[in-house]
Amino acid sequence: MRELINKLSDPIFSFPGAMLLYLALLRYYRIFGSKKFAKIALVVILGLVAYFFADPNFFLIITTPDNIPISILFVLVSFFTWLTFHKAAENDKRIEQGLCPIEGTPENREKVWTWPNLVYTELFTIIAGTTFLIVWAILFKAPLEEPANPTWAPNPAKAPWYFLGLQEMLVYFDPWMAGVILPGLIVVGLLAIPFMDTNPKGNGYYTFQERKVAISFFLFGWLVLWLYLILIGTFLRGPNWVFFGPFEYWDLHKVVAENNVNLSEYFWIKGLGVSMPKNILLREIIGIIVTALYFVVGLPVVTKLWGKAFLKSMGQIRYYIFMFLVFSMVSLPIKMFLRWLFQLKYIIAMPEFELNL
Amino acid sequence: MSKKKGFAEQVASTQIWKSIFRHGPPTNARNRAAVVAGNVFLHLHPIKLKKSGVQLGYTWCMGGLSFFVFLSLAVTGVLLMFYYRPTAEYAFNDIIALKEHVPLGIMRELHRWGAHAMVITVWLHMFRVFMTGSYKPPREFNWGVGVILLVLTLLLSFTGYLLPWDQLAIWAIAVGSNMAKATPFLGHGGPGAVLAKIGDFIMVSDRNDVRFQLLGGRFVGEPALLRFYILHCVFIPLVVGVLIAVHFWRVRKDGGISAPL
Repeated sequence: MRELINKLSDPIFSFPGAMLLYLALLRYYRIFGSKKFAKIALVVILGLVAYFFADPNFFLIITTPDNIPISILFVLVSFFTWLTFHKAAENDKRIEQGLCPIEGTPENREKVWTWPNLVYTELFTIIAGTTFLIVWAILFKAPLEEPANPTWAPNPAKAPWYFLGLQEMLVYFDPWMAGVILPGLIVVGLLAIPFMDTNPKGNGYYTFQERKVAISFFLFGWLVLWLYLILIGTFLRGPNWVFFGPFEYWDLHKVVAENNVNLSEYFWIKGLGVSMPKNILLREIIGIIVTALYFVVGLPVVTKLWGKAFLKSMGQIRYYIFMFLVFSMVSLPIKMFLRWLFQLKYIIAMPEFELNL
Repeated sequence: MSKKKGFAEQVASTQIWKSIFRHGPPTNARNRAAVVAGNVFLHLHPIKLKKSGVQLGYTWCMGGLSFFVFLSLAVTGVLLMFYYRPTAEYAFNDIIALKEHVPLGIMRELHRWGAHAMVITVWLHMFRVFMTGSYKPPREFNWGVGVILLVLTLLLSFTGYLLPWDQLAIWAIAVGSNMAKATPFLGHGGPGAVLAKIGDFIMVSDRNDVRFQLLGGRFVGEPALLRFYILHCVFIPLVVGVLIAVHFWRVRKDGGISAPL
């Protein structure tokens, strides 16, 4: 059983699994958002927690002081994801019946005094927050390791937990993509959201039905990419950034065969059976064409299949910026699948210019 | 014959009390308005607001909690600064001293866990704001301010991570700052850097690229410690403070907490 869980949590299986779960969540969000589901899920999760915590290797990683916040984050995100879909399902049902969302009922539109209605809520959350932090601080000591030693690197050397999604991306992309371009695009993309989303509905209340596209893309980035990668990078990456299942001991000597092949090697050596051309551009021509096709052909095809209505309602500039950001985001799962299916290392490999894609 | 005043009433009728609170107890409409409008902290709020906006199920109070955690980090951070010197010689030993010689000391714990908590509350705040569509007009600009605040929150936490000057600290920052090395054209290990040369003169090297500017050196050493200390304790908190003011101001000016139009 533990063997099986160790195997299944490998990204090769768990990432497609996470994607399927996510699609199921969107498809059946009304069931997911029901109170009955929450109760069943709570029992199942508590059972799993008990089962997982019984394992010494898992216990060791999960109780590392700096990993505690991630556990807290995942509990909170699970709850709030359920809560948003619970409220969205409620509102969507009301909207179908021709009613206004709950937030818009005359009773909720009524104005109330800030004192005492809001200030007491704030006082309560401040007291709860303070208590929580103090209890946390008493129970768990802040970590302190050996004094800094620039000549001896710990293995694995990990970034702070909130950047571990980016560090995990290093498995699939070079640092200039995983550490600079993609994080930059995340920030730009977030800033651009209000200007790309022209849908006037769903402003000021929970809904899914009225904002399907916006919510689907955002939650894909937030839950399936960002949080999933943090989870993997924190709990399942050990020495040398090798994958370890949740019940595995972080053995320094675990060896994983790395025989990833560049697209150019596939083409020239394995495909044509000739040696690699000296000219760099000629050598990487297939990768360059593939990358160009991804945007030049991919964009019109996607537009033709799904995007026509959006192109019309958003206008060209908004639409193409949105699509560029979506294509950049999707390039990560694409690269993951290419790695797992074909051991593909780089689509374009120009180490001469540090330009590997 | 008037009834004898209770202790609370007696206190409330002293000149000192009246000099601080210039209105009666907030039990009627007039005083409830006065208490919010007349108090510099409370006047961040409107005097009245829509009922949907005060419900925890709607707001999750994550923005408020982020602000609260930020304030508590400022307080614990100042206390920590009394004990800490940002030099390679003293930094680690000061943390040890803090641990061993300060009785009942949980300030470092409060500061560290608070920093993690702030990252979490800020993320969840964005999650809520997105799910309620609160970035939509007229709140586009304030969403942008929020995104910048989120990035600054991560940078605050990241710069603070180096200060204990232990193995965990310098290697986490080494991993993080190595990314800067790979910036296209600006980092010496990034795409295009080799192209930027005139004859034999290399324009982007490990002695002048963005990572060098960030660390004040070619590796995570003492100059990096000082830079991160100043960024962490002075520069970023000031910027965050200003942006929080803008953020709150715009929440009010854009119509308060979002609600159906």
